[in-house]
Amino acid sequence: MNEILGLSAAELAKKIRGKELSSAEVTAAFLDHTTACEPGIHAFVTRLAEDALQQAAVVDGKIKRGESVGALAGVPIAVKDNIMVAGARTTCSSKILENYIAPYDAHIITRLRAADAVFVGKTNLDEFAMGSSTENSAFGVTRNPWNREYIPGGSSGGSAAAVAARMAPLAIGSDTGGSIRQPAACCGVVGFKPTYGRVSRYGLVAFASSLDQIGPFSTTVEDTALLLSAIAGHDAGDSTSVNAPVPDYQAGLSRSIKGLKIGLPKEYFIAGVDREVDTAVKNAIEVFRKLGAEVREISLPHTAYAVAVYYILAPSEASANLARYDGVKYGFRAACDNLLEEYENTRGEGFGGEVKRRIMLGTYALSSGYYDAYYGKAQKVRTLVKQDFDRAFAEVDLIVTPTAPTTAFKIGEKSADPLQMYLSDIFTISCNLAGIPGISMPCGFSGNGLPIGMQMMAAPFAEETILRAGYQYQQQTAWHTKRPPLS
Amino acid sequence: MSQFETVIGLEVHAQLKTDSKIFCGCSTQYGAPPNTNICPVCTGQPGVLPVLNRKAVSFLVTTGLALGCSINPRSLFARKQYFYPDLPKNYQISQYELPLAERGCVDIVVAGETKRIRVHRIHLEEDAGKLLHAIGARTLDYSLVDLNRTGVPLMEIVSEPDLRSPEEAVAYLTKLKSILEYLGVSDCDMEEGKFRCDANVSIRPVGQKELGTKAEIKNMNSFSGVRDAIAYEVERQKNIIASGGKIVQETRLWNADTKESHSMRSKEEAHDYRYFPDPDLVPIELDERYLDSLRKELPELPEARCARLVGVLGLSAYDAGVITAEKALADYYEEALKTAGGEPHGKTTTPDAAETSAAKMLANWTITELIGRLNTAGKTIVQSPVVPQHLGRLVFLVRTGALSGKMGKTVIEEMFISGRPPEEIIKEKGLVQISDETAIGKLCDEALTESPKAIEEYKAGKERALGALVGLVMKKSKGQANPAAVNKILKEKLS
Repeated sequence: MNEILGLSAAELAKKIRGKELSSAEVTAAFLDHTTACEPGIHAFVTRLAEDALQQAAVVDGKIKRGESVGALAGVPIAVKDNIMVAGARTTCSSKILENYIAPYDAHIITRLRAADAVFVGKTNLDEFAMGSSTENSAFGVTRNPWNREYIPGGSSGGSAAAVAARMAPLAIGSDTGGSIRQPAACCGVVGFKPTYGRVSRYGLVAFASSLDQIGPFSTTVEDTALLLSAIAGHDAGDSTSVNAPVPDYQAGLSRSIKGLKIGLPKEYFIAGVDREVDTAVKNAIEVFRKLGAEVREISLPHTAYAVAVYYILAPSEASANLARYDGVKYGFRAACDNLLEEYENTRGEGFGGEVKRRIMLGTYALSSGYYDAYYGKAQKVRTLVKQDFDRAFAEVDLIVTPTAPTTAFKIGEKSADPLQMYLSDIFTISCNLAGIPGISMPCGFSGNGLPIGMQMMAAPFAEETILRAGYQYQQQTAWHTKRPPLS
Repeated sequence: MSQFETVIGLEVHAQLKTDSKIFCGCSTQYGAPPNTNICPVCTGQPGVLPVLNRKAVSFLVTTGLALGCSINPRSLFARKQYFYPDLPKNYQISQYELPLAERGCVDIVVAGETKRIRVHRIHLEEDAGKLLHAIGARTLDYSLVDLNRTGVPLMEIVSEPDLRSPEEAVAYLTKLKSILEYLGVSDCDMEEGKFRCDANVSIRPVGQKELGTKAEIKNMNSFSGVRDAIAYEVERQKNIIASGGKIVQETRLWNADTKESHSMRSKEEAHDYRYFPDPDLVPIELDERYLDSLRKELPELPEARCARLVGVLGLSAYDAGVITAEKALADYYEEALKTAGGEPHGKTTTPDAAETSAAKMLANWTITELIGRLNTAGKTIVQSPVVPQHLGRLVFLVRTGALSGKMGKTVIEEMFISGRPPEEIIKEKGLVQISDETAIGKLCDEALTESPKAIEEYKAGKERALGALVGLVMKKSKGQANPAAVNKILKEKLS
């Protein structure tokens, strides 16, 4: 493997800025490697090789002329294909947007351009981010770089696989119920979902607006801090974006975690959790203990309702968010003779099965006569889930759990059983319902060589706590340095 | 057959006069080429988010305050879901639970009696686009979508079912329009679709408390259309009941050409809008300080202005009512008053006799001479070719005797055609009034010499004979003599 591919984003940025490496050679190295291993993985819906090399040349020019450059100058980054990059195709892995060219940049893309990052491609996802395996893509499944018979997790499976396979040192994903953290766990990389409102959603194609949040993928926590610093902050274009100062996430990483209070919710260490996963997470907790953290058991009593609440609220919001895909203004339009047929045929043919299932679930939950029993009740329980965390964070600084009850499953294994599929997000969903930040980072491997993820959650806007603990953990362990065997 | 009572509730949609749309920065200008005032947000591109226009909120709250509504300190936006090509997101951002304003009223006067019509709620929402089914005379076998109007802020003002006749409905709309114009929150132009109205109409036997089954009437494009459509609906419902039928709940479309309505959809076909709070927008929270600042800026409303014109300027209630019904007309009148010499001078705020007479005379000229001509020409006061300063100066000349009333009418006729100032027309036509007593006395002497018979008749007590003499003098002066002066001098000479 080219040694460039082994470097972290922080190291690449430093070397590019220091003229040890040019962005052109770095970008080319990642692009070439992608060309070699993409056929077996299929992490990308659209590659942006030419654009990337042009951007790299621009950054190199700036550095050569001694102009000031951004924090990610010349560093390649992959972007989930539900985020708008102006001029690039943005499909959401759906037939209905197959040929949709983004007419504008998402707010985070504007920020990443200002940071001089280089966009190498748009990554595969479950259609409209609905799924946990990246199998629900109109453009083919993404395979887990550690074992191609297995799913990479989802919905940001393309981004997770791209980072795991070193097709990019950094990637952007989106997380509505675990869509960053669960694939990060499956692929053995770091995936971070910030506090709701920390990162602007403008230009992220909405799935469930009150839950969606954009976040980074990387191999090191330091890189996650670097990328989060670049994308976090208030955006007047997103009314739910929070106007609070953004700390320098890298600066605090090396501070000790001595005395940090870690809570282990008993509802997350249960019989259904794979023994190897349970062991790996408990071993990680021992590392924290050795670093001086105080560990105690806590309770999040409404955990059992999270999945049910999520599968009412998320589809409800989705049923409205996805109404705009009707073939009238843009995207796929089916053959038809009248307006009703136009709607029915376009949406019938344009959306995949899982998307249609969720639109129907949401439409039903919001119908007159059912609203109070479903949507109304679910909102109330959501508040209870949030209160669980409020109480917990009055006691502890950090909550540590497995990211998912099992390691990645085989492609096709759960396709026929949506309920089993939904349960793979059982440990990640509460975090979205509560709007708090959460990370998944590698903490071991199963006997069959698949990565295991550990999840850490903190109070709203306590991203720093998570990143510091994660960084300290990575200083003591080597899981994040393991690479899948790639040609 | 028992007597029936008509029950009407109105839903008025008024476009708010903001420069930009409610959730994006696009212009709200009417009449721009199709699909030019659009952006990713208002065309419903994937990934876009709405950002609320503060001005739209303040316009709505101002309206709520003017109608005596309670303003909710916390209010919510909701998504109203239905599929239609003029609605790019296939949901409309509107308000459902917790609208901005609730429980207000509008006082109307019908047949000399004041009646209070309760306002149920006022909420804020976005307008939809427009579909075109024809280009000129050519009907298309497809439809074109123009999204310029999409996202223009609308307020929906929902009345309680307090109206009892088509006349009351029109009086309510007229008053509401007048208030919105006074507040400067909406242009209220019905032709441009900036002020639209749907009516919920039902009938019930007199004395019955429960409401009858209602029909919702849409597509009324003028006040007369509202009156006709409601009258038609009431008759239709009475006929159904008279023939032993039952009213079905439905939505009906009014056709202004045929003066009939037809059913658009029944209750069974009604949309389930599946309202839910819009997660893209945070609740609107308004504090007392904000409400106070808007309260302080509330302009004088039609009733207060009318009372002032009666109380201070001495206009009749009728004249003041006509002038203040429309803000633009009242503004015109008060502007003209400055040059007519009717504004109180110096430190006093009460006008003297001359000023009162100027005010009255101006009201008279405005109503009979100007509005009459505008109506005939199909123009609004804003389009008046006669600017207020000119009308004021004309009235000043008439009141001070420089011009006779008759001359004044000739002059305004010309002003209305050319838009020129009165002085220019008077000079051109040689229309200056002769008030000089010596000159008039000379003409009177001539007339008396020529009409010995008239003198005899006058002295015999026939008052009419004086009229003939005045006429003769006026003729000799080519109409320029001051008739009052002629009258006075002739009487002196005959005594």
